[in-house]
Amino acid sequence: MDYSQHKHVVIIYPHPDDESFGTSGTILNFREAGVPVTYLCGTLGEMGRNMGSPFFANRETLPEIRKQELIDACNVLDMNLEMLGYRDKTVEFESRDDIAQRLKQFIVDLGATLVITFYPPYAVHPDHNAMGAAAFEAVKGIEPENRPELWATAIINNRNEVLGEPDIVVDTESVFEKKLEAIKAHRSQAEGMLSKMRESSDFIGEYESALQRLQFESFYRIDVDELDE
Amino acid sequence: MKTINQEEVQKYIDQFANEPVYIHLETTNGAYAKHFDKTAHNVGAYIRNAQIKYERGKIIKSDDFDTYRVGLKTGGWVYAEGLTDYEFNDEGQLLLAGHDQQGRLMVALQISPKPFRM
Repeated sequence: MDYSQHKHVVIIYPHPDDESFGTSGTILNFREAGVPVTYLCGTLGEMGRNMGSPFFANRETLPEIRKQELIDACNVLDMNLEMLGYRDKTVEFESRDDIAQRLKQFIVDLGATLVITFYPPYAVHPDHNAMGAAAFEAVKGIEPENRPELWATAIINNRNEVLGEPDIVVDTESVFEKKLEAIKAHRSQAEGMLSKMRESSDFIGEYESALQRLQFESFYRIDVDELDE
Repeated sequence: MKTINQEEVQKYIDQFANEPVYIHLETTNGAYAKHFDKTAHNVGAYIRNAQIKYERGKIIKSDDFDTYRVGLKTGGWVYAEGLTDYEFNDEGQLLLAGHDQQGRLMVALQISPKPFRM
């Protein structure tokens, strides 16, 4: 894939860490090709439940901690960051039209030629699906000749059965060290996954085991005109 | 946060009695319970910044395990169980929470003289 053909890539997910686990290799490939990338991050993951053992956070201190982790991860990925200020677990109860309007404004102002978001309703977490649905609506609201490309991430377990093979598969091996660094910037979120990985019977080292699990990032290409309402 | 000290927590609960306070009450089994176990389903509820006034509040230790229950008598009731840890923070808020072995929050009851930050 020729990453340099894009002018600006906009990533739209609701939580700090969604970008690093699922899409950071792709982001790094775009950055290496000199393409600017902006992350529109919906919430601060205020209702996350990993407080650490020993504790590093409580319900009231978690938002600031996750905000700093998000900033650190975006620095690793050399990506611009806009925090949209919605609250974790409540995105689906906001006005989808209002969110879509805001997203559309960002997409147009940044001159995005590619938007990457979650694929509703195949993204498991209600915030994922709601943010994805608003992003789809935002793209659809742009006149066809100016519309950016739209790629969507599905994470349901049986996605390939339901949706078929993904249209785009990005091999992140060449940038994987940095991807892992971005994931680890989200200390409050990554530690659980990393310790589970270390304890698993097939553990072969942190880098190698993480690569096995997270080497490929896949996306479905969406044509908003073909979506059912 | 640190392990609940029943007398300390009771003292803070008494301190907030009979005055308007804000509560945060929450329980969750995680947003991915069903994703990881098909037979499970996601369960959770939270209230943030409900204003209440309670005439009495009590913390009670469970018989079989080191967890605590709290009940606040308001005219109705506010109730939480499975609480393990507490903190009285710089903002004068009493934070109570129940965590599992991995430090994941399962239940929380928090009392504050002013609204919790949004």
